[in-house]
Amino acid sequence: VIDRDEVLHVARLARLELGEEQIEPMARELSAVLDHIARIGELALQEIEPTSHVVELTGGLRADAPRPCLPRELALSQAPAVDGEGFLVPSPQA
Amino acid sequence: MSEPAGRTEPTGTGASAGLEPVIGLEIHVQLATSTKMFCGCELSFGEPPNTHTCPVCLGLPGSLPVANERAVHFGLMIGLALGSELAPRSIFHRKNYFYPDLPKGYQISQYDEPLCLGGRLGEVRIHRVHLEEDAAKLIHVGESGRIHGSDASVVDFNRGGTPLAEIVTEPDIATAEQASEWLKLLRATLRQLGVSDVNMEEGSLRCDANISLRPAGSDTLGVKTELKNMNSFRFIERGIRAEIERQRQIIEGGGQVAQETLHYDPASGAISSLRSKEEAHDYRYFPEPDLIPVTIDATKLTAAREAMSELPADRAERFERELGLSAESAQLLAFRSELGDYFEAALAAKADPQPPAQALANWVGGDLVARLGDGDDQDPASSRVEPKALAALVGLVAAKRVSVGAGRQVLDKLVAEGGSDPAAIVESEGLAALGGGDELGAVVAAALAANPDAAERVRGGNTKAIGPIVGAVMRETKGRADGGEVTRLVHEQLGI
Repeated sequence: VIDRDEVLHVARLARLELGEEQIEPMARELSAVLDHIARIGELALQEIEPTSHVVELTGGLRADAPRPCLPRELALSQAPAVDGEGFLVPSPQA
Repeated sequence: MSEPAGRTEPTGTGASAGLEPVIGLEIHVQLATSTKMFCGCELSFGEPPNTHTCPVCLGLPGSLPVANERAVHFGLMIGLALGSELAPRSIFHRKNYFYPDLPKGYQISQYDEPLCLGGRLGEVRIHRVHLEEDAAKLIHVGESGRIHGSDASVVDFNRGGTPLAEIVTEPDIATAEQASEWLKLLRATLRQLGVSDVNMEEGSLRCDANISLRPAGSDTLGVKTELKNMNSFRFIERGIRAEIERQRQIIEGGGQVAQETLHYDPASGAISSLRSKEEAHDYRYFPEPDLIPVTIDATKLTAAREAMSELPADRAERFERELGLSAESAQLLAFRSELGDYFEAALAAKADPQPPAQALANWVGGDLVARLGDGDDQDPASSRVEPKALAALVGLVAAKRVSVGAGRQVLDKLVAEGGSDPAAIVESEGLAALGGGDELGAVVAAALAANPDAAERVRGGNTKAIGPIVGAVMRETKGRADGGEVTRLVHEQLGI
């Protein structure tokens, strides 16, 4: 069962801001998800490989050949704050 | 990289006081591909910021990564060189954390199904090798000089997405010196493979160390700390030594080492906690749905095998077995491939006279390197001394046509001025060895006459008294005389 502290921890890791009224429902819903997974765990699945991908494709590598890059102005044009050469972000050391 | 002067080194070696260090290394190697790990942007070497980006490495919505075939190829070569088990199928995972150097909010890495598992290099076992993408570069306030008084940082995504191989060792290392020596072997191996520039100061080879102490002889592990990003062999040794000492003081003071990530500051020698990333250590890995599994078939394996050249450990073994070099010389030349290449070029140069291999090895690894300045990367190939010229010089010395001392003078001149004919330098400088003929005999006679006391003591059986006489002969002949021949002549002229 997921408790309040775990909800707040996961929310913090995901940088989600939860209102006080959202915490309890979130705990309930996440617990329900885990309960369902636990039910799946009751099946005899020892012989079955974990499914990491739902497609059966493999390979799909790319040749090590350069392709054009974005012009810098275009790359920076999407950003909320720039200084002409780079993306401005709040300093993680501040 | 400047060295702080006059700082005292911690002296703990880890052998005393009943505590033994246990050290494992994590090495990040930037792979020498043309393009990034998951997109076609060319790798950047100091280009203006944010000129090597695209929607994939900027993490823009809707973009899809595709793994670089050559990065996988290089990963397989590393695995083969380390004797790892190569996974027939491996998958990428998302490693989730928030930091401004990571535009997607996760790093694409490998988790429980890496490309290579296990292996060994020298005395150290390998835990795993996996592929991942490098983070972008953050320029903090003050470093750039452009955003004074602000609490902002600038992100340059040129480096973001550069292919990395992460090599993780087992905790098989016991001292700081061993860590640094082993890393040199790894670097030589990677350089020989041609999979990376392996330049520590430029960050293409980066090393973290996991360090713990335990009671000597115990087989349980103590609490470990992770020391991040030491960018030279010297700093690795100093950093590990300082951390061992820090932990020893905590444990001997009755305290508990806290598990944390640490930063070693080579300028001050201080170790500080890196708490900012610490709290995000819950990475919530899950399989990267945008990348399909990497499968290794016979074609890829054959290509990786065929791309491998002789590795340093094998080369050292060959130098010993085929050329009769001492183990020490063989390792020096093989682990520093630039020295080994130069040595082999000199040996194959058909010099006249042809030098014995061991003598040539001694000159390459000793006198020549000592004249090529400082640092880990002295490369004789970029000096003015041609391999054939050095080989001929060593041949002249070995044939006793030039004394060792005079040979060193010739080498000085070759290093300073180049030239392909040491015999000509010997000629023009008048450095030819004085044989046992009348000329040397006359110099010896004069030296005996000038040092009658010493001559008398030698005659009386005091062998050490010969020093001043030989010294006088060497001064007079400017080092051209052969020491053994001088001694023989002294004895002959004194009738003993």
